[in-house]
Amino acid sequence: MAITSSIDRLADRAAGATPPQMRHTVRGLSDRGIAWLFIAPTIVLLLAINIFPLLWTLYLSFTNFKANRIGREIKWIGTRNYERILADADIWETLQVTAHFLFWTIALQVLIGFTLAWLINRQFKGHSFWTTVIVLPMMLSPAVVGNFWTFLYQPQIGLFNYAVSFFTGIDPSSFQMIGSVNLAPWSIVIVDTWMWTPFVMLICLAGLRSIPDYIYEAAEVDRATPWRQFWTITVPMVMPFLMLAVLFRGIENFKMFDLVVELTSGGPGSVTELASINLKREAFEKWRTGYSSAFAIILFVTVFGAANIYVKALNRVKQR
Amino acid sequence: MKKTILAGALAVAGTMGLMAQNAKAQDITLCWAAWDPANALVELSKDFTTETGIGMKFEFVPWPNFADRMLNELNSGGKLCDIMIGDSQWIGGGAENGHYVKLNAFFDKEGISMDDFAPATVYAYSTWPKGTPNYYALPAMGDANGWFYRKDWFSKPELQAEFKKKYGRDLGEPKTQKELMDIGRFFQGREIDGKKRYGVNIFTERGSEGITMGATGAMYAWGFKYENTPGKYDMEGAVNSPAAVEALEFYKELYECCTAPGYTDSYMQESLDSFKSGQVAMAMNWFAFFPGLYKDENVGGDNIGFFVNPAQNVAASTLGGQGMSVISYSDKQDEALAYIKWFAQPDVQAKWWSLGGYSASNSVLNSPTFKDSQPFAADFLEALAGVQDFWQEPAYAELLLAMQKRLHDYVVADKGTAKEALDKLIVDWTETFEDEGKL
Repeated sequence: MAITSSIDRLADRAAGATPPQMRHTVRGLSDRGIAWLFIAPTIVLLLAINIFPLLWTLYLSFTNFKANRIGREIKWIGTRNYERILADADIWETLQVTAHFLFWTIALQVLIGFTLAWLINRQFKGHSFWTTVIVLPMMLSPAVVGNFWTFLYQPQIGLFNYAVSFFTGIDPSSFQMIGSVNLAPWSIVIVDTWMWTPFVMLICLAGLRSIPDYIYEAAEVDRATPWRQFWTITVPMVMPFLMLAVLFRGIENFKMFDLVVELTSGGPGSVTELASINLKREAFEKWRTGYSSAFAIILFVTVFGAANIYVKALNRVKQR
Repeated sequence: MKKTILAGALAVAGTMGLMAQNAKAQDITLCWAAWDPANALVELSKDFTTETGIGMKFEFVPWPNFADRMLNELNSGGKLCDIMIGDSQWIGGGAENGHYVKLNAFFDKEGISMDDFAPATVYAYSTWPKGTPNYYALPAMGDANGWFYRKDWFSKPELQAEFKKKYGRDLGEPKTQKELMDIGRFFQGREIDGKKRYGVNIFTERGSEGITMGATGAMYAWGFKYENTPGKYDMEGAVNSPAAVEALEFYKELYECCTAPGYTDSYMQESLDSFKSGQVAMAMNWFAFFPGLYKDENVGGDNIGFFVNPAQNVAASTLGGQGMSVISYSDKQDEALAYIKWFAQPDVQAKWWSLGGYSASNSVLNSPTFKDSQPFAADFLEALAGVQDFWQEPAYAELLLAMQKRLHDYVVADKGTAKEALDKLIVDWTETFEDEGKL
């Protein structure tokens, strides 16, 4: 009661300090109105920089618009851009390249990231130092990493080829990582894994550290083997974190651009041309704005749909 | 007293500010690629500032980003550049999209005649529609794709003897594309002065225009044409003719037999690097780089030789070079035109050549001393006589990227056959021309 009356007094004082004109205006607004007043700037910004461009892209995807031909008449061409994209063998090839990249980077990053987190979580001597060392690649700019690895992959002077040669005895200049059709897709997988495994490791580490010790103690009392503890306690409890890491890496790698452009420019030929690189070429080098808008919408719907399904699965795992 | 001093200081500061503002108002910006000739142009332009009082600013962009950066600038109607030294392929878009000022009236008024410039450069850099007397640029920098080689290696007696024994002719500048490949094979993997060397460096770059500029060098030499009838866009039978297929197969073979490992995305800089580091016996590049190469302490001078792109069925070279245009969005068009008027003068053109730029002016090219003025001058003239260029249509970027993809897929990624690559290219180009309403 005392608290209520003191709040009332405070509100009265604040109202008294409000200039008469403004007081009149504010008094005319409901709570909902005031709430709208506060969120309106954010809504306007959101509409201007997110929703409007999305709707505009949707509109352009049904036209023959080219951004470098401003004076040209914009024609409504219906679903022709979508039909062209879905019938274009090169686009499907690009999507296959993207799927290969996504699958292997995520699989390797989860496997290595989780293993590293599990090892770091053993709290061995110097584990903090090794955590810092492992996290370093993630802190570098993708452009720098791409450039750096092009030198490492250089068949005549690159350290990577020499390392492979040292362990296998193969002549270092006998193979090219980024120049070979068979090896180039793996070369980008290796670099992305090198760079982003630490991120997955950190998320897994957070998951591992969130498991209370008493659960393991109870398991030990029940004489559960370490193997059983791992599969029945560690994995299920880290799973939501792991799924979150997969979601982040999946979204990031679906739109991967800078690292791969620096490394291979999408080549040799088009074997490392990811969907994002193809999209950039269509939109800002060929200037096929309508066509590229349709491709962007297709990619957006794909990612949005997949992410929604995934988030629902993630919530189910969390609730278990 | 204090007030007087303060007033005086303000007056001086105001006057200086006004002067600075006037000077700034007269500055013009010239946009071009960042390479050796651009540095020569900076040096040359100091004379223009001295003569006219108009200051020059420069916006130079590295080649791999040049087209992206500058075409974005033009498409957005930007005012960054008053003068653009744009690639020859941009002329169609520059004219049709209204980026470049048409210069006919200005040329007539100032007495600048296109007859004073090499016809091939006028055709390639200035006219749109092609070959018509509608000028949108002054030929600024003549250029073509040529070759250079390690003269010191070629002149080694033991290598000469071995080459003659193997091929039955002297080891020297190749006269045909196939001879060039023989020499490439001869040097490939050979140890010279204790180091492993390779045959050639050729353009294989995927991202911008590299592999197209390189491969068309071979294709033009085989007689490649874009259309059966100029202006009709009838590409079937021309683009994928047996000669074109053979030329493309040749380029792929040259890449496979004779290049150093790792050069799968090689363009101008990689060509220079591979040559200067002593990896290759021969390399292709634009003539624009030849003055710098000749001056190089290690591989230049007596150690380097130059030759024009070898013929096969016909003598032909890939065109490089650029024209100088005034940007229609510029607020300083008068000053920009004044620069073009100054640049077109014969004595300025002569100095341009002496500084390392490639003049397209007949007064320079037809001079009796020109051929001997530089070790590559005669080759440049020969190349200029047979230059051929890529499409110069407004949709050139779309056409170019399609060719980049098809050629790289075939040559470097070993995908399909040469005929399939060229067939697919026709499909791509047909789609583009249909979109453009030209088919």
